[in-house]
Amino acid sequence: MAYEITLLTAMGIAVIFALSLNLITGFCGQISLGHAAFYGIGAYCAAMITKSGLPFPLALAAGFLLAGAIGTVVGIASLRVRHDFLAITTMGVGFLFLGIVRQQDFLGGEMGLSGIPSSGLSKPAFMTLVLVIAAAVATFSIYLKRSWMGYVFDSVADDEDTARMMGIDVSRYKLVAFAMGTALAGLAGGLYAHNIRFIDPESFGFVESITVLAMVVVGGIGSVWGVILAAAVLSVMPLWLQFISDYKLLLYGALLFAVMRFSPNGMAGMVTAILRRSKTTGTGGKA
Amino acid sequence: MSVLLSVKDITVQFGGVTALENAGFDLQSGELLGLLGPNGAGKTTMMRSITGVVTPQAGEVTLEDRVITKLPIHQRVRLGLGLSQQIVRPFRSMNVIDNVTLAAGHAKTLSPLAALGHRQRDAERERAYELLQRVGIAEVAESEPSSLPLGMLKRLEVARALALDPKLLLLDEPLAGLNHLEAGRLADTIVALNQSGLSIILIEHNLSEVMRICQRLVVLDNGRNLASGEPRAVMDDPAVQAAYLGTAGKVEETADA
Repeated sequence: MAYEITLLTAMGIAVIFALSLNLITGFCGQISLGHAAFYGIGAYCAAMITKSGLPFPLALAAGFLLAGAIGTVVGIASLRVRHDFLAITTMGVGFLFLGIVRQQDFLGGEMGLSGIPSSGLSKPAFMTLVLVIAAAVATFSIYLKRSWMGYVFDSVADDEDTARMMGIDVSRYKLVAFAMGTALAGLAGGLYAHNIRFIDPESFGFVESITVLAMVVVGGIGSVWGVILAAAVLSVMPLWLQFISDYKLLLYGALLFAVMRFSPNGMAGMVTAILRRSKTTGTGGKA
Repeated sequence: MSVLLSVKDITVQFGGVTALENAGFDLQSGELLGLLGPNGAGKTTMMRSITGVVTPQAGEVTLEDRVITKLPIHQRVRLGLGLSQQIVRPFRSMNVIDNVTLAAGHAKTLSPLAALGHRQRDAERERAYELLQRVGIAEVAESEPSSLPLGMLKRLEVARALALDPKLLLLDEPLAGLNHLEAGRLADTIVALNQSGLSIILIEHNLSEVMRICQRLVVLDNGRNLASGEPRAVMDDPAVQAAYLGTAGKVEETADA
C-alpha cells in the first residue's frame, strides 16, 4: 500500500505541474521551455519557509505567490515578443534559475536542500491533499476552458493579430495565463519539496521542463483530460522502469517529436479524430 | 453632419520608401466613402494607419474628436473601429458562428477578470446568427472556415467586424477575388448596412461597384491625395484617369465604365 501511495502522490503532483503548463501552452498557445524554473522557485521558497519553522500551509501559499510574482515579471518582459522568441526567453529563464540557485549557499548550492521538515501530515493524508488540489486545478481548468477567458485564449493561440482586431488585449491575456500557470507550478513545487523532503538544482533543470512539455503535448494541447492522463502515465513510468529514468531526455524528446510530427493534437486529437471518423464517413481529423 | 473620422497629414515610410506623404481626408458621420488609387498608391497603408497596424511617422488620426494615433489596435477597436481585412483571416480552430460570437462578446472580453467570470454565450450566439443572416451566410454557421469558398469567408470577415458594433466599418477590398454575381451581392449588403446608419470606408479595385454604391471618393496616388469628391466628377478628372491608365489618351472610352 505504501508503494501505491508514493506513486499516487508523485502522479498527483505531476498532474498539477502539467496542468499549470497547460494553461500557458495548451490554452493560450505560448510555448515555455523553462517551466521547471517556476516549479523550482515554489519548491525552494516553500522549503525555506518550513525550514525556518513556519507552518506548511503558509509555505505552500508563499511558493504559489512567489512563483506567480516572478512569472508575472518574466511575462511582462517577454510576452510582447513572438511565440518562438518566448520559447527561447523561457529557456533562458530556466538556466538563469539554475545558475543563481547553484551559487547561493543559503539555498544549499550544488548540494541542494536536505532535511526539509515534514508537512506534518501522514503519507495517506498528504496524498489526499495532493489529489484534492489536483482535482481542484483540473476543475478550474475545465471551467476556464468553457468561460469567455478560454474562448479568448483559443483566439490568441490561433491568431494573435486577428484577436487584436477583435478588440482583445492580447498581451494582457497572455500575461494572465502566464501568471496563473507559473503560480500553480510554484504550488506543485511546494508539494514536491515536502513530498521528497530533499531538493537540488538538478530536480528543476531543462530535463524537467522538457518532461512537463511532453506531458502537455502528448496529452493533447489544451485538452484537460488528455494532459491529466499523459502526466499520470509519464510521471510514473520512470519510477517503474529504471531504463526510462536513465534515458528520460532521449525518450521524452523523441516522444515530443513523434507527436508533433504525426498527431499534433496529441492523444486527445487522436481520440477526436477516431470518434469523428466513426460518426461521419469521409471527413478525417484536420492537420 | 459631423466629422466621424479625421485623418490629417499622414506620412508613413518603410525604410527609404515613402508609402504615404501628407495624405488625409475627413469622413462625415453616416457616409459611405470609397478610397481609391492604383496599386501601390498607399490605400492599404492608409487603412493600417487608421487601425493601428502601422504607426505613421507624422500626422494625426482622430475618431470622434479623440486622437487615436498612439493607441494600440485593440483600443481603437474598442473606440468603434471595425475592420474587414483584404486577406481573410478567420480563426481556423473555430467554426463560422464561433468566429462571430467571439467578436459579439466584446463587452465580456474587455478584461480578463470579466471574461473568467462569464460562461453564458447564448445572447452573443444569437446576435452572431443574426449577423450571419444579414451578410447571407447563415446556412454555413456551423461549418469550418477551411471548407468554405473565398466569397463566404469575405462575408464572414464583414460579419465579424459588424459584431464589434463599430461606429465606423473599414472594408479593405471586400470584393476582390469574388465573381461578378458575388461581388454585386456583397456590394448590395454594404449599401444596406450604410443605409441602416453605419459609416463605411471602402477600399476597392472593382470600379463599377464603387461608382455604383459610394457617395464620395478619395483618390490616392503615390502616397498623396490626388482628388476627392462626388464619384462621377472624380472619375472625370484627367489627373485621376492619368493615374489609373498611365496616359490621358484612353480617357474617352473608359469614362463610362
